[in-house]
Amino acid sequence: MLTDLTLAEAHARLRAGEITAVELTQAHLDRIAALDPQVCAYLIVTGEQALEAAAQADRRRQQGEDAPLLGIPLAIKDVLVTQGVPTTCGSRILEGFIPPYTGTAVQRLFDAGAIMLGKTNTDEFAMGSSTENSGYCTTHNPWDLDRVPGGSSGGSAAAVAGHMALGALGTDTGGSVRQPAAFCGVSALKPSYGRISRYGLIAFASSLDQIGVFGRSVEDMALLMNVIAGHDPQDSTSIDAPVPDYVAALTGDIRGLRVGVPREYFVEGMQPEVEHAVRAAIEQFTALGAEIQEISLPHTSYGLPVYYLISAAEASSNLARFDGVRYGPRESQGAMWPTYKATRGHGFGAEVKRRIMLGTYALSAGYYDAYYLKAQKVRTLVKQDFDRAFESVDVILSPTTPTTAFRIGEKVDDPLQMYLSDVLTLPASLSGIAGVSVPCGFDADGMPIGLQITGAAFGEPTVLRAAHAYQQATDWHRQSPAL
Amino acid sequence: MTAYEPVIGLEVHAELETASKMFCACEVVDSTSARPNTAICPVCLGMPGVLPVVNRQAVEYGLMVGLALHCEIPAFNQFARKSYFYPDLPKGYQISQYEYPLAVNGWLEIDLPDGASRQIRIRRAHLEEDTGKLTHVDGHSLVDLNRAGVPLLEIVSEADIHSAEEAEAYARKLRAILQYLGVNSGDMSKGVLRFEANVSVRPVGSDELRTRTEIKNLNSIRSLARGVAYEIERQTAVWESGGAVQQATMGWDETRQVTVVQRVKESADDYRYFPEPDLPVLEISPEWVETVRAQLPELPDAKRDRYMNALGLTRYDASVLVAERAVAEYFEAALAAGGDPKQLANYITGDVFRQMNLEGREREEIGSLRLTPQALAQLVTLVQQGTINHGIAKRLLETLYAEGGDPAALVEQQGLAQVTDESVLAGAISAVLDENPDEVARYLAGEDKLIKFLMGKVMKALRGKGDAQIVQRLLADQLEARRV
Ligand SMILES: [Zn+2]
Repeated sequence: MLTDLTLAEAHARLRAGEITAVELTQAHLDRIAALDPQVCAYLIVTGEQALEAAAQADRRRQQGEDAPLLGIPLAIKDVLVTQGVPTTCGSRILEGFIPPYTGTAVQRLFDAGAIMLGKTNTDEFAMGSSTENSGYCTTHNPWDLDRVPGGSSGGSAAAVAGHMALGALGTDTGGSVRQPAAFCGVSALKPSYGRISRYGLIAFASSLDQIGVFGRSVEDMALLMNVIAGHDPQDSTSIDAPVPDYVAALTGDIRGLRVGVPREYFVEGMQPEVEHAVRAAIEQFTALGAEIQEISLPHTSYGLPVYYLISAAEASSNLARFDGVRYGPRESQGAMWPTYKATRGHGFGAEVKRRIMLGTYALSAGYYDAYYLKAQKVRTLVKQDFDRAFESVDVILSPTTPTTAFRIGEKVDDPLQMYLSDVLTLPASLSGIAGVSVPCGFDADGMPIGLQITGAAFGEPTVLRAAHAYQQATDWHRQSPAL
Repeated sequence: MTAYEPVIGLEVHAELETASKMFCACEVVDSTSARPNTAICPVCLGMPGVLPVVNRQAVEYGLMVGLALHCEIPAFNQFARKSYFYPDLPKGYQISQYEYPLAVNGWLEIDLPDGASRQIRIRRAHLEEDTGKLTHVDGHSLVDLNRAGVPLLEIVSEADIHSAEEAEAYARKLRAILQYLGVNSGDMSKGVLRFEANVSVRPVGSDELRTRTEIKNLNSIRSLARGVAYEIERQTAVWESGGAVQQATMGWDETRQVTVVQRVKESADDYRYFPEPDLPVLEISPEWVETVRAQLPELPDAKRDRYMNALGLTRYDASVLVAERAVAEYFEAALAAGGDPKQLANYITGDVFRQMNLEGREREEIGSLRLTPQALAQLVTLVQQGTINHGIAKRLLETLYAEGGDPAALVEQQGLAQVTDESVLAGAISAVLDENPDEVARYLAGEDKLIKFLMGKVMKALRGKGDAQIVQRLLADQLEARRV
């Protein structure tokens, strides 16, 4: 089946003329039509435009053209703006919003010939770990439809896991591509802060947000990274540094790679099967010639409170623009303040409001020093843990999440429990460094387990090389859910 | 009775007239005349997903002002978000500077009406973006975002100002500096330059700081002076009557010439400032500062000193000429056309300004007069060469002011050249003396002042063109000759 191909395989066949982009795109649209009513990975499927773009890709190829992703159908998380295509961030406050421009990363995909199948579901404004906070629908985990796919990029993860896209873009602020990748048994990379332009990424927490990629293999992610990484003059926080060839980095050889295993990441309350699978993965690295050492990241436990202060503070400011004045639904109450209150009061969901209030409080006069400023200082300590660790190791191995995917509804009434599912991914986000999650086993219920491989800032080539070598030696990433 | 002394600080918002906006590529347009919402883009509309990019030209303009105000330029500059909700603020926050402004600790020298000068300290100058504008029509509010994102420089003085006259002098000097730097037109009626005054009063000799009010809606420098003067009187009266001034934002009512309470401040506004995470720290190297410093034009004080030292002008004339960039440019253009500096200064500050006052024109409009600086230079030269006398020159200036033209050609066409031929002059004099025997007799009897009357008659007979010095000499001679 065409939908069973990896991105790299599909690309090779397109090049060889064995398949057409229209066939490939149609196969994915058919599968979406058949399965997505149960999964709800997509908020909107742009079938017509996708087929049009596929036909154009085929024409270009017939004329002898080639491009890195020519004819490759992909899914895009709905926090990335796309000109002419509704973009909602999973929020009612942006219902019906059609952006006047396309963000840089998505534009680079288009320029490389990629085809957008649709926009995927997300927790509202990417705030959440299960997609249950979406204002539209809850995405279901393709491995068990009663379970969450993780979040906030749960739609993209489920689309790739369910073979409803060859790859996808997500965004990761505190683990939002790695955690759903672990829950859905796919691969995801959160690049270093500044590696990919955030222009067109609807901001949740500006100092943490980063666009990430999903694939069914590390090679697929490297192909996507080669297209979207790089400096953008429209994003002053994007780094003006040369972009390495991520595919070329996949040598398959990790002999002598120095691997750190942080003792703080095997937390109490961790699902035993998760620890077991990750320990087995570490042994696999030893077998591949890596040198394993135990390390310490002593400030790990501060990651969660620091993250929730900083991200909520920035979010409270970033979300101020959603006032119904220029775009999005407006609940007019005549006067200005009642209109603001009604528009925002009804437009935002409970979790978003919780974080806006938390962040507003943390930035208020008299509390700023105790909360926001102190959180920034502790953030530096968390980052210094990694700086020190990367003096003696090249990558850090750990579980991506303490447990496998939980059941839909299980944690919705307990935000703190929900927040804990990101406890192992938050520190890397706070530190702006690179991290992937790759499948490394299943629990007794058949739910996927994720291995997190974390590298230094701009250490994507090393992280991807390690992950790829692991995938060369294992076949966890080749398993697919029986939908 | 206690005497009160005002304590005044001024906050100035100056739009920087860069080609594009502070954080996007949109053109900076005249927001009073451009069609609403035509100079906008996703960035200045605060569309979801957009990011700001700092306009380097705006930073350089800000640096120019900071250096002209003798400020220190810290190497570490940071933008911050200032949060509040209002429909003219697209993002719900304004990108500004808070803890780390562009320029700090400067001063500005003001010239007072009594000829003295004084330094007013500048606390800081920081970059930010302007808001849009609201228009209220039939119970609706219309939002125009052409102005949203236009670079603004906020310049804050210390509370070193102690009278309405000093406040006015500060405003005039600052406006002149901005104009000299070419970063702001100074056109307050268009809102590109906006003053706010913080005013309190205290007993003379005390160093306490009493409750202050903030005056807004000052649409001209004249309004600023009047508003401040009014507020000083009002506050003094409140204290003298045993009351207490209430902290408030006051608005200047131009029609009624009074300040009125706009908003009483009960608690400090909480703008929840925090560093702008979308922009990296702005590092300003000493090299960059020096590059900008090297490009600074000659500023009013330096120009005034040069006029005094190199051109021999009085401090008063020099100060008047440099007070407006347009006037200094006019003067220098006339100078370049060969006019004598002192004579040019006299004509400009005298006759030219008088004509402009009669018409109600502002001095900054001097560049658009029909009387070109080249014509003025020629006129002055014609006088100096003795081709025409002062009286004719004044009449000719009025003609040139009203209609323009070439002075030499007009002199030629209208036969205005001075009459120096002594036989012609002597003939005219003896005719006048013959026609006025009574006045001649009274003069000879000792009424000296009648020589002026007779002089006037002679000049009139010569239609103003007689060489006054020669006429005076010949007239005296002929009167003496009739003494017999
Ligand atoms: Zn713009």
